[in-house]
Amino acid sequence: MNNRLIQTIVLAPILIIGFFCGATDAAPVSYQLPEETAVLKPGPNLDVAEQNCTACHSADYINTQPRGPRFKKDFWQAEVNKMIKVYGAPIDEADIGKIVDYLAATY
Amino acid sequence: MIDRREWIRRAGLAALASGLAPVKALGLDRVTLPFDNGERPLVKYPQKRPMIGLTSRPPQLETPFAIFNEGLITPNNAFFVRYHLAGLPLAIDPDKFTLEIKGKVERPLQLTLQDIKKLPAVELVAVNQCSGNSRGFFSPRVAGGQLGNGAMGNARWRGVPLKAVLDRAGVQAGAKQVAFNGMDHPVSVKTPDFVKALDIEHASDGEVMLAYGMNGDDLPFLNGFPLRLVVPGYYGTYWVKHLNEITVIDTVFDGFWMKSAYRIPDTPCGCVEPGIAPKATVPINRFTVRSFITSLTDGARLKPGRLTLKGVAFDGGRGIQEVAVSTDGGDSWTPARLGKDLGKYSFREWQLPVKLAAGDHELKVRATNQAGDIQPMEPTWNPAGYLRNVVETTRVSVA
Repeated sequence: MNNRLIQTIVLAPILIIGFFCGATDAAPVSYQLPEETAVLKPGPNLDVAEQNCTACHSADYINTQPRGPRFKKDFWQAEVNKMIKVYGAPIDEADIGKIVDYLAATY
Repeated sequence: MIDRREWIRRAGLAALASGLAPVKALGLDRVTLPFDNGERPLVKYPQKRPMIGLTSRPPQLETPFAIFNEGLITPNNAFFVRYHLAGLPLAIDPDKFTLEIKGKVERPLQLTLQDIKKLPAVELVAVNQCSGNSRGFFSPRVAGGQLGNGAMGNARWRGVPLKAVLDRAGVQAGAKQVAFNGMDHPVSVKTPDFVKALDIEHASDGEVMLAYGMNGDDLPFLNGFPLRLVVPGYYGTYWVKHLNEITVIDTVFDGFWMKSAYRIPDTPCGCVEPGIAPKATVPINRFTVRSFITSLTDGARLKPGRLTLKGVAFDGGRGIQEVAVSTDGGDSWTPARLGKDLGKYSFREWQLPVKLAAGDHELKVRATNQAGDIQPMEPTWNPAGYLRNVVETTRVSVA
């Protein structure tokens, strides 16, 4: 047998296996994220915060931020401004103060 | 991506869902990271063992620190996860996936995953670490993802050098940077898409890699399946996941995630006095040198006598030169024995037998890299909470 024939005999089963592996791989790989469980804490204007903040991200983004006197109104005002100016959150002008008040009072 | 009307509809659904959802977090335990407001759920995601849940939409998962004592390679199912935008590609057909290379190139390319896998493969062991790893320990605290020390991991990446693909496309003269975009996208059309860029020299250094394999397996979905950028020695922000678009440009990329986010003070330490805004900033780049004790946890209670301390050290790619350990709060230091060298971008194991008498002890570990960079004894500070690399302290009681 020449080299070409040996190659064909040796490679043929590999090609067939390869074909079927390829066929198996053809299915899209899907990913199921677990159910979201974090919720915002109860507080004044909770509904306004929920409607605006949790449209783009889960509540744990807020729940896990640092606490204390340095993380009150100014801090949350800056965060809400960032969401609007940097990330383009379409928050109504009238809701901004309500959201900041909720966050400062609740967190 | 969605418009405002859809955004409001989804917000309503999210509020409804959150009102109805059971409060318990997936039936698993909770852990408390050692800083204020550090309580986190342990969460179970497909392809992952229980991980420390920072956020769920988009997912951010931290590796439980005990994993780092089990071996130098962080298992795929324990590797940290960090997304920026909640538009995840939740179904990907690897047979239809293509990577586009375009912009200032002679031959724009559309490569399938099979095309990429046919190119000569390379492997590299490298640490990936989130820029904000350890942010929760900053003092004063700063806004952002409040991570412990588990947003890092060390893996054997398999793929092709980015250079090989750029060479096939033929980079045009005058090219300055290469921009990288993945399949994840923002929820709102107004949110900047997550796109990162590297200088053309860096992108063509032969080490930056298009990786499809991780520790002998495919990339886990949440770690960027089926293809991600690996930028050895650089913070994870550059390691774009689900990478499907590479654009060579003749300018400095000015997208939000390069121009405004992920910036560090333009000072030798990348730091400023707490509370002070930096005068100038540069894009975050290489890891600072770090080391950890992994064999003991803070607050451990031990019997008097001999034991072997063990841990890991790493840096931004110069390689670890020395790891020293103190059992007396930093008064005296003893060089540790370094373990097997898996490459200059890898975790380096260290070990040191010590004898501890009865009493309280402050154990410290301090690494020096081949460039002579040494971990600081006092923490440095910057407004975004990046680059933390203070000498860590593990307090133990011996009785």
